[in-house]
Amino acid sequence: MGNLFIETFERFHDTPSVLEIKSVTKNFTNKKVLNEVSLTVNEGEFVSILGPSGCGKTTLLRIIAGHDKPTSGKVFLKNRDITTDEPYFRPIHTVFQRYALFPHMNIYDNVAFGLRCEKKPESEIKDLVNEVLGLVGLQNQGARSIGTLSGGEQQRVALVRALVNRPQLLLLDEPLGALDLKLRLQLQQELVAIQKKFKTTFLFVTHDQQEALNMSDKIVLLNKGVVEQVGTPHEIYESPRSYFAAQFVGSINTLEGMAKEKLSDNEVKIEVPGVGEFKTEPNGYAENATGYLCIRPEKMMIYSKRPTTVPNVVSAVIKSQSYLGTYSQFEVTLKNSQNFIIFQQNTQKLPKKVFKNDDPVFIGWQNNASHFFKK
Amino acid sequence: MTRFINYSSYVFVFFLYVFLFAPIVVLVMFSFNNASSLAVWSGFSTRWYHELTNDISILEALTNSIEIAFSATILSAALGLCVGLSPKHVFKKLPLLPIVLPDIVQGLSLLCFFIWLSVPLGKISVILAHASFGSAYVATLVRSRVKVIDPNLKEAASDLGAKPWAIFFKITLPQLMPAVISGMLIVFTMSFDDFSVAFFTAGIGAGTLPLKIYSMLKFGVTPVVNALSSLIVMTSVILMTLAFFNRPAKT
Amino acid sequence: MLPTFSKNKTSLPTLMAWFWALSLVLAPMAYIIIISFMTRGPYGGVVMTPTLSNYTKLFDQGLTPLIAWAFLRSVLMAAATTVLCLLCGFPLALFLVFKSGKYRNLLFFLLVIPFWTQFLIRVYAWMSLLSDNGIFTQVFGTTWLFTYKAIFIGMLYNYLPYMTMSLYVNIEKLDVMLLDAAADLGASQFVKFVKIVLPLTMPGILAGSIMVFIPALGEFVIPDVLGGGKKFFIGNLLAQQFLTARNWPFGAALSVVLIIVVGLSFYLLSRLGKGRELEELI
Repeated sequence: MGNLFIETFERFHDTPSVLEIKSVTKNFTNKKVLNEVSLTVNEGEFVSILGPSGCGKTTLLRIIAGHDKPTSGKVFLKNRDITTDEPYFRPIHTVFQRYALFPHMNIYDNVAFGLRCEKKPESEIKDLVNEVLGLVGLQNQGARSIGTLSGGEQQRVALVRALVNRPQLLLLDEPLGALDLKLRLQLQQELVAIQKKFKTTFLFVTHDQQEALNMSDKIVLLNKGVVEQVGTPHEIYESPRSYFAAQFVGSINTLEGMAKEKLSDNEVKIEVPGVGEFKTEPNGYAENATGYLCIRPEKMMIYSKRPTTVPNVVSAVIKSQSYLGTYSQFEVTLKNSQNFIIFQQNTQKLPKKVFKNDDPVFIGWQNNASHFFKK
Repeated sequence: MTRFINYSSYVFVFFLYVFLFAPIVVLVMFSFNNASSLAVWSGFSTRWYHELTNDISILEALTNSIEIAFSATILSAALGLCVGLSPKHVFKKLPLLPIVLPDIVQGLSLLCFFIWLSVPLGKISVILAHASFGSAYVATLVRSRVKVIDPNLKEAASDLGAKPWAIFFKITLPQLMPAVISGMLIVFTMSFDDFSVAFFTAGIGAGTLPLKIYSMLKFGVTPVVNALSSLIVMTSVILMTLAFFNRPAKT
Repeated sequence: MLPTFSKNKTSLPTLMAWFWALSLVLAPMAYIIIISFMTRGPYGGVVMTPTLSNYTKLFDQGLTPLIAWAFLRSVLMAAATTVLCLLCGFPLALFLVFKSGKYRNLLFFLLVIPFWTQFLIRVYAWMSLLSDNGIFTQVFGTTWLFTYKAIFIGMLYNYLPYMTMSLYVNIEKLDVMLLDAAADLGASQFVKFVKIVLPLTMPGILAGSIMVFIPALGEFVIPDVLGGGKKFFIGNLLAQQFLTARNWPFGAALSVVLIIVVGLSFYLLSRLGKGRELEELI
């Protein structure tokens, strides 16, 4: 009995791809908000659409939910074309920012609302509601009013309210945007846990890259209406395919230079005027192209003497340092007056070498720690 | 179905506004009527406006109304501030009484009371009567405004060496001003507009404009009333337009 | 909150507050209640001889129907006015909040303009419109002046802005996202209205009802001017007792009854809501 929900759920969901968006374009008067956007979301995945404000992610969400129609392109839900379907015909639910829980109803009535709209019998509603409340630790709390709920409890009620209907897809529109950091981190964990428990496919929109990295199975990086990259958090972070991706997710140090020559199958040379020559992986190489050489701060090491074991070295001077507990942050100035940020994890209680400001040092990194993106 | 509701909502609102404006429009129209009829048009004329300017009793009533409204507003502001700022519980609930009680009850009770106390019935009695409920409105507005004032400001001022009265005039009062101003506007309007209370508490010679119009209605109406009404409407509209488009931040 | 001259003495502002409370609010009320128990003087006025006759008179065989009917008429008229104002004001307020778009300020302004003209002028305007030669009569055939219909039109015209504003203030605060969420969960327009909009606007509806019903109870000018003075409501009765019949104690007794009716109505309406509406609506 208690698994009625999960059983019926599993019976209905057996196809791998849940959502397919094909070349969706959306024009507003003279602005192209979405440009040939395509993506696939698979069953049970937690997918984040990540991008800065104005990148079109909310518009995309609205098109998926049915509040807007695309100028061109199609939306498929489980191989059914829903591009022109009205919102209430789509088995998709949305969790809104600030949750939009009905303040004049208690928890039970909030969660039961959608079921009642579908005119389900009260006895069935009672079982379903109590079951999902139990799944999120709110069993027997149905009579509580919304005003007494903590932030975490509100999120749980908002989620089960949308999930009790067994939608094929759940859309979340930056639901954690308005919260303070500590609560946000706690609720991120809870969200993922609930998603895994209900096995519903989640499509999560956010502008916070830390959030996307933390929660997603897959990230869709959106910039100015164009899909920049789709991949796992690891792929997006470690193998960014564009300069935008590299600097939007995490931080990077950038050197402007020119691709000089291909040294081998997995090594190319980049010349940075005024700084030196560096080697990096061949992705994005085009002869004589100007572009950006990007290195992650945690992938660089500081040496007091010029190292011989790393292929890329620059000389620099320590500008400032901050001790941040888990790691320390160093700011160094290069020959060309550019500043680099370097993170060093404090693996030892007493580091091997203590640096002072204005110390001359060497910065070194491996080839695969850097990426070259042509302009 | 929703499109039907959609369409009919515009129609409904349109007719509602016609309903709201029709009387006023007809009123103004007939103030320019050549004949003394209120309904049959016989040509354009401004004679009633001329007659209006010659009618001393109307001008007297207008002056009275303005004087009374002005005085009542000031008095209400002062009393209302005192009541609104008093922490005692009775002053929290008492302002509700004049606001909720129908005009006629207030007018009658004040009339009897004034007569018993031998308060002369004239402009003073009307001013006091208006201040009775006027203060209640100001008090209520002030009290709700007090709730949103930052309490730290007073402490900061006193920390910097300001004495209690200085704090009141330089910090508290300016912060309360929006509420007081709104209150004063409301009281002025209510006083100028009031008929029921003034009907009972005005003595001879203290006739307000509404009272004068009432007597004109009872004893024979000519479009002079229309002319007067139109002027009032015109003035109100102009004042309202100016006020509306130069609005300070909402209370 | 106010500065005091010394910690133990009452300050000037508090004294002023007490002056207002006692002399302008409580004392007149108390006086009316007291004289309702007194006797009518020979030429009108009051003689301080305590008696219950004013109240027993209310149950006098000949008088009771008249008085009872006056009260009943007032209550029914006030109720009808409130309902009319709700029926017209609620859609209007909804329209202003959701459908008026960039014209919202203008429409609001237009709504308030008639309200800024003199009360009596508004009544007079309807009187001339509805009179025998009035435009309304010419269009609709029969004259409505001096009928109940005229009174209702006058009442609706006068009280509609109060109701609409009270509703507007309340509806404006409605979180539109709640309606989106309801739609997302499958609610139809009807369900959205009944289950979300209505419950959440109830405070505004009650506040508006209080603002209309209670003053309407005591209304005597509109029935007098538009009803021709022939339809008797409690306001007319009161005015008559005090001014024409000069029977102040009896009039006072009637006032007390009216105050009780008002108090009861206010209490009942407030109980339906949560009691904070009155401050909100101002």
